[in-house]
Amino acid sequence: MNTSALPPVGTPLPHESAALHVTGAATYCDDIRELAGTLHGAPGRSERAHARILAMDLEPVRQAPGVRAVITGADIPGVNDFSFTLKDDPLLAEKEVLYYGHPVFLVVADTHEQARKAARLAKITYEDLPALLTAEAAAAAHAEVLPPVEVNRGDAPAALAAAPHRLQGKTHLGGQEHFYLESNIAYAVPKEEDTIHVWSSTQHPSEVQHAVAHALGYSVNQVTLEARRLGGGFGGKESQPAQWACLAAVAAKLTGHPVKVRLDRDDDMALTGKRHDFHIEYDAGFDDQGRLLGLKVLLVSRCGYSPDLSGPVNDRAVFHVDNAYYLDQVAIRSLRGKTHTVSNTAFRGFGGPQGIFAIETVLEDIARYLGLDPLAVRRANFYGSTPEEGRNVTHYGMTVEDNVIAPLVAQLEKDCDYQARRQAIARFNRENAVFKRGLSLTPVKFGISFTATQFNQAGALVHVYSDGTVLANHGGIEMGQGLYTKIRQIVAQELGIPVDLVRLSATNTSKVPNTSATAASSGTDLNGKASQQAAAAIRERLTAFAAEQAGVAPAAVQFQNGRVTAGERTWTFQELVKAAYNARIKLWESGFYKTPKIHYDSKTMRGRPFYYFAYGAAASEVILDTRTGEYRVLRVDVLHDVGRSINPALDLGQIEGGFIQGMGWLTTEELWWRPDGQLMTHAPSTYKIPTAADLPPVFNIKLFDNANVEDSIHKSKAVGEPPLMLPFSVFFALREAVGATDPTGRKFIAMDAPATPETLLNAIRDLAR
Amino acid sequence: METPYRPIQFYYQGRIHRVEHAPVTRTLLQYLREDLTQTGTKEGCGEGDCGACTVVVGERVLDQDGREKLQLRALNSCIQLLPAMDGKALFTVEDVAKLLRGNGQLHPVQQALVDTHGSQCGFCTPGFIMSLWALYENYERCPNKETVLDALSGNLCRCTGYRPIVDSVAVAYQQPRAVWDQGPILAALREMAGAPALVYEGGGHRAYVPRNLAELAQLRLDHPEARLVAGSTDVGLWVTKQLRDLGDTLHLGQVAELKLIQVGDDSLDIGAGVSLTDAFACLTQEWPEWADLARRFASRPVKNAGTLGGNVANGSPIGDSMPALIALGARVVLQKGTARRELALEDFYLGYQKNALTPGEFLATIRLPRRHTQAGRLVFRAYKLSKRYEQDISAVCAAFALHLDPSGKILQARVAFGGMAATPKRAPATEGALAGQVWNAATAAAGAQALAQDYAPMSDVRARKEYRLAAAANLLQRFWQETGAPGQAPETPQSLRDFAPI
Repeated sequence: MNTSALPPVGTPLPHESAALHVTGAATYCDDIRELAGTLHGAPGRSERAHARILAMDLEPVRQAPGVRAVITGADIPGVNDFSFTLKDDPLLAEKEVLYYGHPVFLVVADTHEQARKAARLAKITYEDLPALLTAEAAAAAHAEVLPPVEVNRGDAPAALAAAPHRLQGKTHLGGQEHFYLESNIAYAVPKEEDTIHVWSSTQHPSEVQHAVAHALGYSVNQVTLEARRLGGGFGGKESQPAQWACLAAVAAKLTGHPVKVRLDRDDDMALTGKRHDFHIEYDAGFDDQGRLLGLKVLLVSRCGYSPDLSGPVNDRAVFHVDNAYYLDQVAIRSLRGKTHTVSNTAFRGFGGPQGIFAIETVLEDIARYLGLDPLAVRRANFYGSTPEEGRNVTHYGMTVEDNVIAPLVAQLEKDCDYQARRQAIARFNRENAVFKRGLSLTPVKFGISFTATQFNQAGALVHVYSDGTVLANHGGIEMGQGLYTKIRQIVAQELGIPVDLVRLSATNTSKVPNTSATAASSGTDLNGKASQQAAAAIRERLTAFAAEQAGVAPAAVQFQNGRVTAGERTWTFQELVKAAYNARIKLWESGFYKTPKIHYDSKTMRGRPFYYFAYGAAASEVILDTRTGEYRVLRVDVLHDVGRSINPALDLGQIEGGFIQGMGWLTTEELWWRPDGQLMTHAPSTYKIPTAADLPPVFNIKLFDNANVEDSIHKSKAVGEPPLMLPFSVFFALREAVGATDPTGRKFIAMDAPATPETLLNAIRDLAR
Repeated sequence: METPYRPIQFYYQGRIHRVEHAPVTRTLLQYLREDLTQTGTKEGCGEGDCGACTVVVGERVLDQDGREKLQLRALNSCIQLLPAMDGKALFTVEDVAKLLRGNGQLHPVQQALVDTHGSQCGFCTPGFIMSLWALYENYERCPNKETVLDALSGNLCRCTGYRPIVDSVAVAYQQPRAVWDQGPILAALREMAGAPALVYEGGGHRAYVPRNLAELAQLRLDHPEARLVAGSTDVGLWVTKQLRDLGDTLHLGQVAELKLIQVGDDSLDIGAGVSLTDAFACLTQEWPEWADLARRFASRPVKNAGTLGGNVANGSPIGDSMPALIALGARVVLQKGTARRELALEDFYLGYQKNALTPGEFLATIRLPRRHTQAGRLVFRAYKLSKRYEQDISAVCAAFALHLDPSGKILQARVAFGGMAATPKRAPATEGALAGQVWNAATAAAGAQALAQDYAPMSDVRARKEYRLAAAANLLQRFWQETGAPGQAPETPQSLRDFAPI
């Protein structure tokens, strides 16, 4: 489409790097032309899940071809830790290894291949120690990385005792590998006067900058972090890249050479954290309509060997146990299991999906128990839509002021012909023994903001050069979501110029400091506002200048389509800028934004952790072969709330991409460990993310007509994470299809996620017993 | 004595490249990224499973009218060893727009992917572009959706969810067809074909790339320790993942006789060097029942590089071609020097990763009796079970072939499974329960019962043993329901792919 005449904001412009992507010209960290003398690092890995290191013979490593240095924990000039707390995550384990794969040394060699080969030659003597490998095992052993958290409202035990119906259940929800296509990488180049420049594929440049400084014993102003684009992140490059950036930086300092650490895919999958798997137990009391009267939920997660981001991840799970439903008398307990596995981390949704899965399982079980349509049970539990209706305060004390779930679900129900199809499917299932269909409609309500309030700030720097071209920079990271494209639109809109006049430069801690992670779906909300503010300040100065030149009031000055008009006068943007430069007007500005209204007490878990909520719903239909557990998703309908979209094409991309990624998590993507703690699904040959053939043949996605009630950037809503939860409809449609094999229709279905063919066949066989 | 060595040579970016010092196991991707600093092609996994490294390789072939043409196929550069590139033309993402000699204009497949918003992080995009370009070059008109999905089966994307990428194909075909001059490339291919067969030395090892069967047989006798390499879709991983030193290598890819498919009156002979793409096309023509397995077997780039002989000789317990080949009575022709012998395929496997080849011997041909030569009516199915529909390794791979007389009596039963034992393995107890019986529900049930005597599978990353046994028995039921059950209307959907939403 010809988009040049449209205003920048609201137009489906292509990704700002699209032409570079398709020609191979987009530069990722590993594509930066290497400086002469560049060396390559590879980690030497533990081959025990939990053990004391008795002896380490690294001589064979040192003697291997091309090896320049072998670095152990003792060699690190600063702190041997890359965690935010600086105490739980050694860069290189020294006395004890805490998971299978735990890096114990770094080999630095002339080539990547030499380093990888040498890394396998160490002879390490271990004394095995007992290892806990699952969340349940950790809970039983009271092994926790952080203290338990409880959120209570009302008297759940009393409500349970008094309820007309009561149901207990449990389920298990597997973890997920991020499988960003670009594995973790960092390239560190030592510079003069003990400074260092590090390119890192990270969503959190400032945290990596700090970690590198600590590892080197530097102050933060000696370290520059830079990232132009990431080959995917999804949360996996929030805290995890620090380890590889620190190791590259340490090696660079110790050898005096530029050093690159690029993880081989198998190393990346074994040595970096994943989505937390959860063990979930519940006790629910409800009325004849399935409305919850009392609820107890236990969430036990596998955090791995250290806290990493497990605290906020599990907090967000607790916050999202309500999903779109009012929980009146409720008691939630969250255990953060410490296991001898890799330390789990952020992943799109950040615990929210696991919390939502818990309540959706509860409601599905209730519907089956009562013989009701699960959608009716869901609806009976929705938050009240108006203050008069009540039932609109979350279990953590936040009033839901922007609730659109009821009209949104009603619209989707109608658009996808839910009721008629549900009847037709029931008929199909009565008539077919081998194949069963399932249809499920599930809602999403997702809280937007970092729960750690201090991260809800952002900075930007906008330069207007005297030729009228614009360079914008901000603290956010481009990892495919189109953040740079949206910022470009926002800045162009503010200056009334076409987007081609605006370029984005690489995110760099020496330009905009103290950045927050590009995470929590907040990239555009935060950096967009900061960039808008910077551009607006420049525009104001240009407005005053133009008004003065034309002898009109500032209010009469207009910026549009690259032209500025003031009364009788009109300039091209470039002409006005040139004149303003000559008149010594400041043409660059920084911007800063902090999210208003939010507050929350992490001790009581009460407050308003979220600025607003994003909403959505999906209906999915599946077909299941009951002989083998194989299945196919046949049709998906999505209605999703992105507020007023800044770029509908990018938002659509986030919705459908998030859907397929979430669907993979719940279906084909299974993590599998050997009994000795080694992850065996450490490559795409064994870990199966969806392919194009898994795309539902009918996939209808619509944006819900809704403006953000809060003053967000152009009234838009964050879109990165919420769609990840839409494919719960796929999982529960599969559960419906499994349930259709039971002629009573009422038996409890034991079915964990992911729903592999094996899981589904087991559930079918279980129902037949 | 004159040195027999010469450089590896292949055409790339307007000239013939000559590689002289790279180790014999240097991969094409390493060479591109590290030696030529052509970094458009990405490494995503280093094992041919994600497609970020996809390139297109051109070879000179003759079409059915005997005319010379350029065959273009996508494959994974991360597991291609450089000697296998000898005599070929290489195309990477940097070339696609340049071929058109436009002034900075994108190729239609590139422009379409921009227009449909088909890239997000962009890291997988170069690989997709190469698969899309190969598809575009191979289809003058817009292919159907199944063909598009098949062409993209080797490319993973974690951002977009694929819909815009799939949609981009139709958009590309709406633009004027992009044509380019293949003349210089064909000329370069002809020129390289004039060079003697490649013997290459690099990194202390040799790579032999013979051109005909006699040369191969002699080299195999002279260097029985040299590692045979066909498509390197498995051996490539020994290099990139196990970091193994392969020693000297003996490449089968240019042996003309091994690339032949001969359809005789009684038998179908598939040369051991025939690509999986071509082998499956032939097998599916004779036995349409192969189609679903062929579709799900690996990915398009792996099928373009890998060979049926490689799959068979590799002998993995989860190799997907063997159960069906065994069920159809395939035999292998083994050659040593000029001597040949023939074995039933099931007898080729002696144990886990052990086969009947003796030093100096190699697999030359896979021979199948043609469909019409067998007594009775053949009912045959091959089923694959895996977590993902395509490009996954089987948890269970099953093949059933029954020959029925007009009364429905089973004259002969051949049943073989992958994923159920240390090798692809026949099921004698099951076959015994089926043979001589009338093909009916009771017989199917008896056969399913007997499977537990034939197999004691293990639990691993792909499935637990209980699932393998239960699903195997149910697949025999499925076979009965699809081929024998009365009242089956022909239009009744039998496969998940046949269903539409309600």
